Amino acid sequence: MASNNSIKKTLIVAFSLCVVCSVVVSSAAVVLKPKQLENQALDRKSNILQVTELYQPGDDVDEKYAELITPKVVNLKTGEYSHDLDPASYDQFDAAQDPATSRTLSGDNDIAGIGRQENFSTVYLVGDPEDPDQIVMPIRGQGLWGLMEGFLSVRGDGNTIVGLSYYDQSETPGLGGEVENPRWKAQWDGKKIYQDGDYSDPEIALVKGGASNDYEVDALSGATLTSRGVTNMLRFWMGEQGYAPYLARFHDDSQGGA
Amino acid sequence: MFEHYVSLFVKAVFVENMALAFFLGMCTFLAVSKKISSAIGLGIAVIVVLTITVPVNNLILNYLLKAGALSWTGLEGAENIDLSFLGLLSYIGVIAAIVQILEMFLDKFVPALYNALGVFLPLITVNCAIMGASLFMVQRDYSFGESVIYGAGAGFGWALAITALAGIREKLKYSDVPASLQGLGITFITVGLMSLGFMSFSGIQL
Amino acid sequence: MATDSVKDVVLSPVFKNNPIALQVLGICSALAVTNQMSVSLVMGLAVIAVTAFSNLFVSLIRSHIPSSIRIIVQMTIIASLVIVVDQVLRAFAYEMSKQLSVFVGLIITNCIVMGRAEAYAMQNGPVMSFLDGVGNGLGYAVILLVVGFVRELFGSGSVFGLTVLPTVQNGGWYVPNGLMLLPPSAFFVIGLLIWVLRWFNPDQVEKTEYRIVANSKAKIKETANV
Repeated sequence: MASNNSIKKTLIVAFSLCVVCSVVVSSAAVVLKPKQLENQALDRKSNILQVTELYQPGDDVDEKYAELITPKVVNLKTGEYSHDLDPASYDQFDAAQDPATSRTLSGDNDIAGIGRQENFSTVYLVGDPEDPDQIVMPIRGQGLWGLMEGFLSVRGDGNTIVGLSYYDQSETPGLGGEVENPRWKAQWDGKKIYQDGDYSDPEIALVKGGASNDYEVDALSGATLTSRGVTNMLRFWMGEQGYAPYLARFHDDSQGGA
Repeated sequence: MFEHYVSLFVKAVFVENMALAFFLGMCTFLAVSKKISSAIGLGIAVIVVLTITVPVNNLILNYLLKAGALSWTGLEGAENIDLSFLGLLSYIGVIAAIVQILEMFLDKFVPALYNALGVFLPLITVNCAIMGASLFMVQRDYSFGESVIYGAGAGFGWALAITALAGIREKLKYSDVPASLQGLGITFITVGLMSLGFMSFSGIQL
Repeated sequence: MATDSVKDVVLSPVFKNNPIALQVLGICSALAVTNQMSVSLVMGLAVIAVTAFSNLFVSLIRSHIPSSIRIIVQMTIIASLVIVVDQVLRAFAYEMSKQLSVFVGLIITNCIVMGRAEAYAMQNGPVMSFLDGVGNGLGYAVILLVVGFVRELFGSGSVFGLTVLPTVQNGGWYVPNGLMLLPPSAFFVIGLLIWVLRWFNPDQVEKTEYRIVANSKAKIKETANV
């Protein structure tokens, strides 16, 4: 065994171990990479489909997505679609990190607690892109424990909610974590965001002790801070800094803005 | 900016306490918490190692491993290289190396500190709190400055938890615990109660 | 140890000499993933795979490992295996790997893996080492599943995601115990589990370090132990 400790042997063992391990690790990574990317894309697509409530368990996600959904990139400031950015390759989470494509939020401007906001956001249109049945918008904000990320879907009038679902949250299981409970999620259907076409000030909020009108949703019991987080996040993303300029385009005067 | 750092630090110490909220570094946490003096020694060693390794791993991630991180080399096609799958291997290597270097450095230049901390340093390489902090740093996308503060905060929180547990265990020795619960069993329950106490910090926002 | 039978090597770490309950090894990364049984199961399988294969490879090259770089060699093998497991999970069980997040990576610092490589695989043949790894991984997985079972059943009223006790939030009668889903409960459950295990195996009980002498008030001193 003494020969094992010679410098030459030590170096040989260390070197060959490195070679073998790096080959194993790299080949695993390279072989599995396409599958992983596919999974990520699939996961995002199924999250989008789920919030539209058009997805039935057992449906083929890719097929259904291709059939129903058209992604578009929206300029949050003007509410216009962007023609320069390709929805297939634009990643708003990367954009939010980059000072060139995002802006810093602080204090009263940052009620959702996200720190930076991208200038352009991807929205997902269901049905005819010119006159969509539903508009799915990504939203995010601070809950009690950390960032909550999800999608909000509204009907073609840009005001009536279809559903809200979070795909990434770390709220207290059983309390704030109930944002994922189907029974809680079901009450969002039909709620309204804006009152009387006033796009500068979204009305929608979580309230304690039972929702009494179309602009209120029951808060999560025992999770005051998570509920506050959800309200703030909706107020932010549905407000002037978020999708309000964009949603205002769908405002139809003949329906009285309700 | 300053407020942001303070809030990150407080959060790392209390709200996201490594030991009590994420159960990291439990092996050493339970094994070396019989005496306050050794708990403090280990705690300080963890603070030092975390404050160094988390930022170093942050640099490694941002300048070597991340997708497109190699573009500073100016080589053709370098911006397409994504080595992030090597993360785990690099982090553990960095941790092991830094612990080793720290040990040699202390031995040579600060023998007094080496005598106090020396025995704890080897224990630290396999302490999941160190590795965990690096992984959380990656997951949460901290900047370099944030990673320094986070490393220090996470270490401080861990040290606080182990010192507190050692204090309790020193007193616990004199209590009449059911035989089968003696030692490990009652320690687990104590840690559970401490963890419950720390939960009251949740939701603190600065 | 060459005379160990296969059965002993595999089963003794599960019941008699459980790495978590007795040797207090590897609880680091274990506790946070036990609030659902399915997650515990995947974590258990990952640890079994890593322990078994790291033992196998360490044992295969054990006569060539220079003692000076012993630890780093073991660490490299373990880390490579963990990366492979992590990549496989991401490719084939994406949802699960999202829930396990950093805890898959933390298998590297799981003392069981390292401990078995150092204590068993360095001295024994590849086949037995592999089985020893399987056994210890199993012992770990069993504890995870038991803790996961208790926490999921009482915390969410379900087992493996299937509803057993219909909860109030879903229109049933069971008021779930929210504490069970929070970190502290993992400590309580393991503490109580150790209590039960030692109740049945009194030889595992730890010796008391200090005993109060009966009825001798004068003798008790305030031993300020600092």
